[in-house]
Amino acid sequence: MAKIKYATAIRDAMAEEMRRDPRVFVMGEDVERFGGVFGCTLDLPEEFGPDRIRSTPISEAAFVGAGLGMAITGARPIVELQYVDFIMCAMDQLVNQTAKIHYMSNGKMTVPYTLRVQQGCGRGNGAQHAQNFESLFANIPGLKVVCPATPADAKGLLKTAIRDNNPVVFCEHKMLYATRGEVPDDPDFTIPFGKAALLREGKDATIIATAYMVAPALEAADRLAKEGISAEVIDPRTIVPLDEDALVRSVEKTGRAVIVHETNEFCGFGAELAFRIQGRAFKYLDAPVERVTTAQIPMPYARNLEKANVPDAARIVRAVMKTLYRDKEGS
Amino acid sequence: MTHQELLEIYERMVLSRRFEEKAEELYAQGRVTGSLHPYIGQEAVACAALLRRKPGDLFTSTHRGLGHCIAGGMDVRGMMAELFGKATGISGGKGGSMHLFDPQNGNLGTNGIVAGGTSIACGAAITLKLIDRTDNVVFTFFGEGASNEGVTHESMNLASVWKLPVIFVCENNQYQVFTSAMESCSVQDISQRASAYSMPGETVDGNDVLALDAAFRKAVERARQGEGPSLIEAKTYRWLGHWPGDVFAYGGYRSTEEVERWKKACPIVRLSRHLLEAGTMTREMMDSIHARVDAQVEEAVRFAEDSPEPDVGVLMQHVFSEVQNG
Repeated sequence: MAKIKYATAIRDAMAEEMRRDPRVFVMGEDVERFGGVFGCTLDLPEEFGPDRIRSTPISEAAFVGAGLGMAITGARPIVELQYVDFIMCAMDQLVNQTAKIHYMSNGKMTVPYTLRVQQGCGRGNGAQHAQNFESLFANIPGLKVVCPATPADAKGLLKTAIRDNNPVVFCEHKMLYATRGEVPDDPDFTIPFGKAALLREGKDATIIATAYMVAPALEAADRLAKEGISAEVIDPRTIVPLDEDALVRSVEKTGRAVIVHETNEFCGFGAELAFRIQGRAFKYLDAPVERVTTAQIPMPYARNLEKANVPDAARIVRAVMKTLYRDKEGS
Repeated sequence: MTHQELLEIYERMVLSRRFEEKAEELYAQGRVTGSLHPYIGQEAVACAALLRRKPGDLFTSTHRGLGHCIAGGMDVRGMMAELFGKATGISGGKGGSMHLFDPQNGNLGTNGIVAGGTSIACGAAITLKLIDRTDNVVFTFFGEGASNEGVTHESMNLASVWKLPVIFVCENNQYQVFTSAMESCSVQDISQRASAYSMPGETVDGNDVLALDAAFRKAVERARQGEGPSLIEAKTYRWLGHWPGDVFAYGGYRSTEEVERWKKACPIVRLSRHLLEAGTMTREMMDSIHARVDAQVEEAVRFAEDSPEPDVGVLMQHVFSEVQNG
């Protein structure tokens, strides 16, 4: 077990899968130089050469669509989008073509396709370089959606994505690339989709968070513990498929749920989770489900405005207190 | 072209024509519904292009793709059943005319989105060239309307930079729905656009099988040699409306004289005349081809009518592949 960065875990996952299967291929903007903008493909060109990893022109529609063309002809492409925001230039290729071809062809065409996207706030990148689209992707039938929070999850889930025979949108977070964590060295280490991670046990409230929101959720649980409140923290890790059972089990125990996400509030995946929790655990709920999310606004540039928009531990604590009917207390 | 090849092309073209005439008729009767975009008048292009395939070659089609499917060897019974929305259809009734896939015959699918196939063709070509290391090629059909889509330009650039074995086949049928090529395209000939992507571009009479074949031979040879893509523009004409409900196609946005002039240039009549004059085909052979095709189309309709509707139980099937890999 080595302590490595999230970006390195992603690189290692791709390298191992490329060694394991000669049909795995990587392309995206600048992936052949310096590991790309976020360093996730570092040293891969030296090992695998230009027939296995290629920098593309800035042509998202062409290379996202080409990923589909590769997948349906027996290759296993990994396509990297430098910023998730750029997927908007390739929405036809992703939504109309990639997501639906298996269904439209009655199962005849199979799409083993990993689309790695880099998303999220934290660097003052403004409205077109800091979005989170996991809710949007999750709304499209035929796409699996993964949001890893730790280096180990990034590696184990990415390997599962590459081995999956379906299109997987793998949502990486720009602020997590430099974070470090223990990652198993075993090349057969994978993490199945649809299995939530129970990060902290508790009995008074359940906090559900993914990706960059996991750290403030854990921090909030720490702060709440000091107040004598025991919060459980769960990371679903994959939005599609969703480990609904794990969320429901936890809420049955705690009676309270707070959902945290960085994607916009309105029609965000938190609404879907809240619906499923109330549907299955209604009689266990002691308070309405709460959400802590970015507002229904484009991401502003100024650092203080960006910070004000993104959920943090203080807001999560307040939301938990609200489910405990203690939000009027000054803490 | 050998006699055998010419006769094969002729029979494919006639089958394509008869199949679509029948589909139009069934649409008018309400037995076929949804979207239907007839290829009638353009048959020479698909048939000539796909004749030059060898095993392992691939192609992507369009919303106006029935002709490509037939030229590519798709089973017409399964096609007709799909138009009827039956369980025995090529896509089990889940696709319709714009979502027909036949990978066994190299057909990567018709497509509901204009220019939807161009980037897919590039990806297929990457697999062939870099992963499988074959000399196979990919044809991507699209119209002059699709030549104005951004992804077509991105795909031509990518194919050129990576020297991908893609043959861009622009079927200029003169109209994007109700709007003429003259009103929508910046160039007289779509093939001019090839120069922007450092690839050969050629405009061909799209109703002349022999001229088309000469152009496709060159493009295919170049792609097989690893020299990269080509753009071939086939100038042809959509005889009918954009879809069966388009009542403006005859005397509306197009003059009746213009339509009649193009009908006189029918690619099938033209080929039959050539074959009869050259002695490649006798009257008797022609009659037997027509009889064979008519029987095939009748059989396809019978098959479609006799087939059951999809079981509602399949509704949720095939959203995801359940097949595990390694």
